[in-house]
Amino acid sequence: MEWVNIIFQGVLLGGLYALFAAGLSLIFGVMRLVNIAHGDLIVAFAYMAYFVMAALHIGPFTSLAVIVPAAALIGYGLQRGLLNWTLGEELPPLLVTIGLSVIIQNLLLVFFTFDTHRLHAGDIEIASVQFLPDLSVGVLPLIQFAVAVAIIAGLQIVFYRTALGRAFRATSDDPVVAQLMGLETRHIFAMAMALSLAVVAVAGVFIAIRTDFNPFYGPQLLIFGFEAIIIGGLGSLWGTLAGGILLGIAQALGGQFNVGWPFLAGHVVFLAVLIVRPQGLFPKVAL
Amino acid sequence: MALLEVNALDAFYGDFQALFGVSLKVEEGQIVSVIGANGAGKSTLLQSIAGLIKSAPDMIAFDGAPIGAMRAPQLVRQGIALIPEGRRLFSSLSVGENLLVGGQVGRPGPWTLDRVFDLFPNLKHRKDQRSTSLSGGEQQMVAFGRALMTNPRLLLCDELSLGLAPIVVKEIFARLPEIVREGVTVVIVEQDIVQALSASSHVYCLQEGRVTLGGPPAQLSREAIKAAYFGV
Amino acid sequence: MIAAKVQDAFSFRVSHIDRSSRFGLVFWALLLILLAAAPFWGDRQTMRLLGEIYSYIALASLWNLLAGYAGLVSIGQQVFVGLGGYVLYVGALAGGLPPLLCVPLGGLLCGVLAVPVVLVLFRLRGAYFTIGTWVLAEVFVQVFQQVKAVGGGSGISLPAVVVKSIAQSRDGREFLIYWLFLALVVAVIGLIVTILRTRYGLALTAIRDNEMAAKSNGIDVNRTRLIVFVAAAFANGMAGALIFLQKLSITPFSAFSINDWTMNVIFITVIGGIGRVEGPILGAVIFFVLREFLADYGSAYLIVLGVIAIVVMLKARRGLWGYVADRYGWQLFPLARRLERTRIVPDAAAAAATIEAH
Repeated sequence: MEWVNIIFQGVLLGGLYALFAAGLSLIFGVMRLVNIAHGDLIVAFAYMAYFVMAALHIGPFTSLAVIVPAAALIGYGLQRGLLNWTLGEELPPLLVTIGLSVIIQNLLLVFFTFDTHRLHAGDIEIASVQFLPDLSVGVLPLIQFAVAVAIIAGLQIVFYRTALGRAFRATSDDPVVAQLMGLETRHIFAMAMALSLAVVAVAGVFIAIRTDFNPFYGPQLLIFGFEAIIIGGLGSLWGTLAGGILLGIAQALGGQFNVGWPFLAGHVVFLAVLIVRPQGLFPKVAL
Repeated sequence: MALLEVNALDAFYGDFQALFGVSLKVEEGQIVSVIGANGAGKSTLLQSIAGLIKSAPDMIAFDGAPIGAMRAPQLVRQGIALIPEGRRLFSSLSVGENLLVGGQVGRPGPWTLDRVFDLFPNLKHRKDQRSTSLSGGEQQMVAFGRALMTNPRLLLCDELSLGLAPIVVKEIFARLPEIVREGVTVVIVEQDIVQALSASSHVYCLQEGRVTLGGPPAQLSREAIKAAYFGV
Repeated sequence: MIAAKVQDAFSFRVSHIDRSSRFGLVFWALLLILLAAAPFWGDRQTMRLLGEIYSYIALASLWNLLAGYAGLVSIGQQVFVGLGGYVLYVGALAGGLPPLLCVPLGGLLCGVLAVPVVLVLFRLRGAYFTIGTWVLAEVFVQVFQQVKAVGGGSGISLPAVVVKSIAQSRDGREFLIYWLFLALVVAVIGLIVTILRTRYGLALTAIRDNEMAAKSNGIDVNRTRLIVFVAAAFANGMAGALIFLQKLSITPFSAFSINDWTMNVIFITVIGGIGRVEGPILGAVIFFVLREFLADYGSAYLIVLGVIAIVVMLKARRGLWGYVADRYGWQLFPLARRLERTRIVPDAAAAAATIEAH
């Protein structure tokens, strides 16, 4: 039963990885931009939550009401003020977001030092549900997983059922013709970044309740999100969720063998998928 | 006042100059065709008018206002639509979604999904298919309908006949009068001279980036057109 | 018309040298003599700083070869730096090999390892390749932390016996390592200039300008990239071995440090000029000047570097050297390809005409 427990933990954690991944693949899908500073922004949102919680005396869940809109605004501004100017060639967006990543890390270091922080959610952190005699699951991870699945479902609806999603897909197909249809691609790109960061802000606050974070925690989160995308297969949101869950399971199992192994186990699964099935386990299928 | 006025337009691709002092006028309600050999600058002209290539503000006037420096999305809001060469449908969108993207700009006017399906009945039952699964002619109809969905006052058509069977080309050209009746002014760029001349009330000929001839087709002799087209 | 003229009395040949690169060659030769003589005019600190600059120019030049020419943006090159370092330590300690022999050995191992790495990571395109290299580097940090034989997380030091085997006196060691660094940077730049002058160089330029067009013109893009990646890994490994020979101790974090061996290197290349051989040299000079001035501000220094790199990327994509060179047509390395008309004897004219026709 212990194994079932561990796998369950992995599944629940994987939901958060899927959110990191969804934010990353959303902007890649719409504008072919890979944001190397993705993880660092997530960590920055966690710090923001830390301060909003302290200033307003609210819990992490309530803080989302401030953090998510703020993240969306930051995303919109970042895209229009900086990243839109880098699009077109392959190198500039990559190198500019690498620079952004280093800047964010060191700004966080200047303001918050190297000390680790954590968001405290109160009693809910230790509450658990007894499913079976030997299987009890924390309430917090369950809520987080449910929210993650709901967000992925919401993204799916936005992408395939709304005018904004149609504009995302049209711009992704052919940005020039999208402009000929009256779509302001600069605005569409900024909306995609806003949505991406709003999603990962939720994930950032959630993960900061579960683990300690410091200014240099970001790259790890970027890598988890990236691994979830590749394991799941590019371009499919449900595939990404599956990829995140598999990554979570791999890490949970790896951690059982050796305390130093959880991340390594995740990397190994990622590399194995890349070697055996480079298109990912659940690649996008045609409509 | 002409709906569209192009005044001594120069256009460049990087260092390469594609248009040299091109001037022309399009009156409201006309169908005007621009003919010329490959590389004469026809597509460049349309892309300049549609705002894909930037010009000096005064080089292009629409309804009397200088628009040369405006970008494509702004011009769509002003009522200029371009059907790009080679159709370029959004490949991951269904036929219906392609049309809806055109309607997203929200300009008021007669063109709705139903009205486009009236014009091209074939498309109606293909609404939920992927745009890539259609025949070339049907794809051109979607491209046509998608541009109409923006409710343009001026519709620019780049090589409608490219890669299509003559019968299909005929079918599409046959729709032009109906479109004009709805208040749309049309500029067509064509290599298919016969189609272009029979459809339009005014024709301009481009050669190596310059206007070499202009006038109503009836008043132009075959020899004059030949000379303007090939430069011999 | 032109062909007819050729038949008369002229032929064409590709010339790599123009006036500014002729000036450049003289400039580099004089500089090299001056720097090689550093042990005679500089103190120990100057030599250490110069040695460090050389190592960064070498690393940045290699990264530039990958990113600026082959279109392979890697943020995992620290793998090869660290591995080269570990080969030196393991070879000298466990294998009892002379440390200087371990330097090329480190390069060799990295070159060999680069082949499977490429085969896996080339399945990722563009920016995903970039993150893939990062994952790989993470794997190495974590594996080396677990390996007890190399000290795990706390690493190992080079014992005095091994250090003394390089040269008996301290000055002797310092001089030797200094010259080795200088030789390394000259060899790396020489290698890059040579690669760029071969047909692979032409292929790389074509790939950089337009990958699709390069492919359709019969360039085997993956093969060219593989060769470049392996060559860079080899040189990175040697650089790593030398760097850690000087440091005298190694840990997984110092060996596979992304900030030291990749981020700084990226900043140097981007600021100096990506896709130019001169770029990393200018970038390294700027980097070290900034470091001297901002040393007291800790992390502010990295923030300033990041901001400069972003501004350069937005305002002058070919970097500071590219900006200047494009304006004045400077080229300090003989890399131009100009067709030169040469007067030839009538006999050869026919042969030349055949080639032209072909």
